[in-house]
Amino acid sequence: MHVVIVGAGEVGTSIAASLAPDHEVVVVDVDPDRAEQLKYELDVLTIAGDGTTAGIQTAADVGDADMVIACTDDDRTNLVTCGTAKTLGDAFTIARVKSTEYLRTWEDTRGAFGVDFMVCTDLLTAQNIVRVIGLPAAIDVDPFASGLVQMAEFEISAESPVAGQTVSEADRFESLTFVGIFRNGEMIIPRGDTDIGAGDRAVVIGSPESVQSFANDVAPETTPDRADEIVIVGGSEIGYQTARLLEERDFTPRLIERDPGRARTLAEDLPNTVVMEHDATDTEFLSREHVDEADIVVTALGSDEQNLLVSVLAKRLGVDRVIAVVDSPDYVTVFEEIGIDIAINPRTVTAEEITRFTYESIAENIAVLENDQAEVLELELTEGSRFAGRSIAELVEETDVRFVIGAITRDHALVTPRGDTVLEPGDHVVLLVDSDSVSEIASMA
Amino acid sequence: MSWGVNWKASVGLLGVGIKYLAVTMLVPLVVAVVYGEDVWVFLVSLALVAGIGFAVERVDPDPDLGPREALLFVSLAWLAAAVIGTVPYLLAGYGTASTVGLQTGSFGAFSESIINALFESMSGFTTTGATVLGEISTDRHSHALLMWRQLTQWLGGMGIIVLMIAILPEVAVNGAQLMESEAPGPELQKLTPRIAETARALWLIYFGFTVVYIAILYGLHLGGMAPNMDLYNAVAHGFTTLPTGGFSPEADSIAAFSAAVQWVVIPFMLVAGVNFALFWHVLRGEAEVMLENAEFRAYAGALAVVTAVLAVLLFRGAAPPIELGGATEGVTENALRQAAFQIGSLLNSTGYATADFAQWDTHAQVLLLFAMFIGGSAGSTGGGVKVVRWLIVGKTIRRELFTTAHPDVVRPVRLGGNVVDEDAIRGIMVFTLLYVVLFALSAVFIALDTARIGIQLSVLESISASLATIGNIGPGFGRLGPFGSYEFFSNASKLLMIFLMWVGRLEIVPVLAVFISAIDSR
Repeated sequence: MHVVIVGAGEVGTSIAASLAPDHEVVVVDVDPDRAEQLKYELDVLTIAGDGTTAGIQTAADVGDADMVIACTDDDRTNLVTCGTAKTLGDAFTIARVKSTEYLRTWEDTRGAFGVDFMVCTDLLTAQNIVRVIGLPAAIDVDPFASGLVQMAEFEISAESPVAGQTVSEADRFESLTFVGIFRNGEMIIPRGDTDIGAGDRAVVIGSPESVQSFANDVAPETTPDRADEIVIVGGSEIGYQTARLLEERDFTPRLIERDPGRARTLAEDLPNTVVMEHDATDTEFLSREHVDEADIVVTALGSDEQNLLVSVLAKRLGVDRVIAVVDSPDYVTVFEEIGIDIAINPRTVTAEEITRFTYESIAENIAVLENDQAEVLELELTEGSRFAGRSIAELVEETDVRFVIGAITRDHALVTPRGDTVLEPGDHVVLLVDSDSVSEIASMA
Repeated sequence: MSWGVNWKASVGLLGVGIKYLAVTMLVPLVVAVVYGEDVWVFLVSLALVAGIGFAVERVDPDPDLGPREALLFVSLAWLAAAVIGTVPYLLAGYGTASTVGLQTGSFGAFSESIINALFESMSGFTTTGATVLGEISTDRHSHALLMWRQLTQWLGGMGIIVLMIAILPEVAVNGAQLMESEAPGPELQKLTPRIAETARALWLIYFGFTVVYIAILYGLHLGGMAPNMDLYNAVAHGFTTLPTGGFSPEADSIAAFSAAVQWVVIPFMLVAGVNFALFWHVLRGEAEVMLENAEFRAYAGALAVVTAVLAVLLFRGAAPPIELGGATEGVTENALRQAAFQIGSLLNSTGYATADFAQWDTHAQVLLLFAMFIGGSAGSTGGGVKVVRWLIVGKTIRRELFTTAHPDVVRPVRLGGNVVDEDAIRGIMVFTLLYVVLFALSAVFIALDTARIGIQLSVLESISASLATIGNIGPGFGRLGPFGSYEFFSNASKLLMIFLMWVGRLEIVPVLAVFISAIDSR
C-alpha cells in the first residue's frame, strides 16, 4: 500500500513508524530540518513542503496513493490536504482534527472536506478517559454511530450477580441487546433462555447509558455508579468532552476551571455537571470542596506541569484513582512511576486509532472479537440495500448467516431493534456477525 | 452625539398611526347604520381623527427613528391611541347623562368627563377591561358606541404597533426595535427574517382565532343553545376574548349567556394567554415546539392547579348561592365551570366573569388575587408579570441561594434546556421589582386618595384596584367586582390608574426609560 502522511509531528511519526515495515510510506512536512531528520530515523521517503498544495502532493505521488493521512497540528491544514488529495486521485483520506465542530460537520454531511475518515483527537482522548473511568471491567469497548452506540465485551466472573441468570433476566435495559456469548472459545447466539455462566464472555450493544448500567450489574465492585464522585480538573476541550460523555452515561461530574469566561461557557453547555470557578492548585479550596473524598479525579489542565501538580495533590489528599492527561508522550511513564494511576497521551491515542484503522478494514467501522471469531460492523444502508424495507425477523428467516443486530440509529437517534423493526435506507445498523460471513453481510447492505 | 431624543421623528410617525386609526371607526359606523342609530357621532369622529392624523404627520414627514425615538414612539403611540379613542365617547355622550360623555356645565364636570372617557379608552386599548361607564346597556348607549369599546380591545390585543408594522411599510423599517418595546414578555421572537412578515403572521393567527371564535358563538345561537348570543354579541365578544380584554356590552358580562357559551369562552380565553408564536409553530406542523415549551407547560400547570383548588373550594361552599352564577356548593358542573372560567379569565388578565366573585368568601378571593399575579405568557395578549418571568425569577433565586453556600460554583439559569442570558435575568429582576413596587405604592395612594373623598376601601379593594389596572386585568374585588365600576374614584386616582394601565401594557420599562432618559440628559 502506498501511504502519504502529511505532518511529521509526534502523531505522524508514530503512524509512519508503525506502517513503514509493511507499506510504502511518504512523509511530508513543512519543516525541511524535520523532514531531513526523519529520513534517517525511519525507513520512509520524506518531502519538505506545504502538504496542502497540489505541487507537493504530486511530488509525493498522491495521485496513485492508496491512503493519505493528514495529521498536522492544524485542523484546517489537514482538511485542505484531504480536499486537495481528493482532486488528484482516489486515495482514502484520513484527517486528524481537534475541533469537534468539524467532526460534527463531517458526520452530518458525509464526505465533507473530501475526508473519508476523521479522527478527533480531543474527543478520542475523552472517550478513552471515560472508558477507563466507567467500564474498568470491560475487556473491549468500541463506540459506533458517532458515539450513539457502544459495544462492550465483559467477562462474567463467578462472583458477578449476572452469573447464573438467563439472558432475559440479565437484560433489564430497554436499549441494550445481547449479541453474542463466547463460551470455551465457541460463539453462541444468545436467546432469551440462554444461561449465562461464570467464565462466559458476553458481548452487548446499546446506548452508552445502558451499557454503563449493565456494567454495574456485571461488576458492581469495580464499576462506578451514580453516587461516585468524579472530579475533572481543567476545562480544556478534553475536560469538556469527558464531562459531556460522563453526563451521557448518567454521571454528574464536577468540573473545576479557573477562567471565569470559560467556566461560564462550560456551565452553559453541561447542564448536569457542577462547574466550579477556582484555581485547582489551591489546596485550601480542594479540601473545602471535599475533593479528597472524590473517587476519581481526572486532570485535564493546559500543561503537563499543572497536571502533574494537581495529580500529586489529589493523590496526597487520598483520592482513589487519578487519571492524568499528559501532553508529552515522554512523560507518560514518569507520571505512572510516581503513582498516578493512569496517564493518557492524546497524540498516542490518535496515532493508535489511525494505525488501527489502517490495519483493519477501510470501508466500515468494525471491531474484531475473540481472535477474529466474530466482528461487530456498522453498516449504512443504501437505497438499494437488501436490508431496507425488511423487518429484522424476516431478515433472520431469509438468510442462513449467523448475525445479530445490536442497535440501529436513524437520523442520529437510537432505535432499539425488535423482531418487527423495519429497516430503512439511511439507517446505521450495528451488528455482530460470524467472521466468515462478514463479506456476505457487507454485500447485502 | 446627543443624549436627547428627536421627538419630532416619533411624533411624525405617530401621525401615520392616528390616520389609520380613523379608518377603524368605519366598524362602529356600519353598526350605527345597521341599527339605525345616529351616524354623525362616528362620521365626525372619523373626520376629526383623520384631520389630527394628517396634521401631526406634518411634524416630520420623513421620520427616522433611533432606539430612544423608538421607545418614545411606542410609549406615545399607546397614549395617543387612548386619547384619540376618547373622541367617540365624548361626542356620543355629549349633552346626555353618560359618565363618559363630554360635560360642559362646569370645569369640574368637564374635566371629570374627559378623565372618564380617557379611562375607558385606555382601559380598552390596553385590554384592561376596567370600566367607568356606569350603566352598561344598549338602552343607555348606542350599539355603535359599545362596539367601538369592544373594538379598541381587539386593536390593542395583539398590539397596535405590531399591527402598524404588519401593514405600514414606513413603520416596518424600524420594526424590530418597536416590536421589542411593545411585545409582552422579556424578548422578541422573530419567526421570519422580515419583521413585517412576523407581525403579519401573528396578526393572522390572532385574526383567525377571532373569526373561528365568532363563528362558534354564533353557531351556538343558531343551534338554539345560546339565546342571547346574537350576531352583535358574538362579534362584540369575539373582539374582547382573544385580546384578553374583558369588555362586554352586557352588564352581566358572560353571566348573561348560557352554560354552553361559557364552556366555549373558557378555551379561547386560555388560548389568548398562550404565546402566539407557538401557534405559528403548530401551524407549521411543529406541535412539539409548543408541548416542549417550558413557559407553556408552566402556564398549563398553573391553570390546572389553581382551577382544581378553586373548584374544590367552590364545591365546598366558598360562594354563597348568588343570583348570577348560581349555587356551586355540591354542584360539580357549576363548581368546575365557575372555577375554570374565573381562573381562565383572571390568571391571564381577561376580566370576564360568570359569577360575582366579589361576593365569594375571602379565601376564594385571595386565590383569585394570587392568580391575577401570575399573568399570561410572553408573546400572548395577556397582561401581568408573565409566567416566564416568574419561572426565571424563581430559578434565579434558587441559583443565588445555592451559590451562597457554594461560592465557586458557576450555575447558569436554564429554561427548558436553554441558558438564560445574565443581562436578560437582570432585566427580568428589575422589571418584576418595578412591577411590585409600582403596584404597592399605587395601592397605598389609591387607598389614601379614596379615603380623602370619604370612601373607605378594604385592603382587598385597594390592592385589587392597583393590581387590576397595572396587570391589565380589569375587575377587582368589593366595589370593583366584575359587575362593579371604577366610576366612584377621584380624578387623581383615575389618572394614576390610567398611567398604570399604560405602563402595564408596555411592561413599564419603555415608558420609564423615556422619562429617565429625558431627566438624566438635562
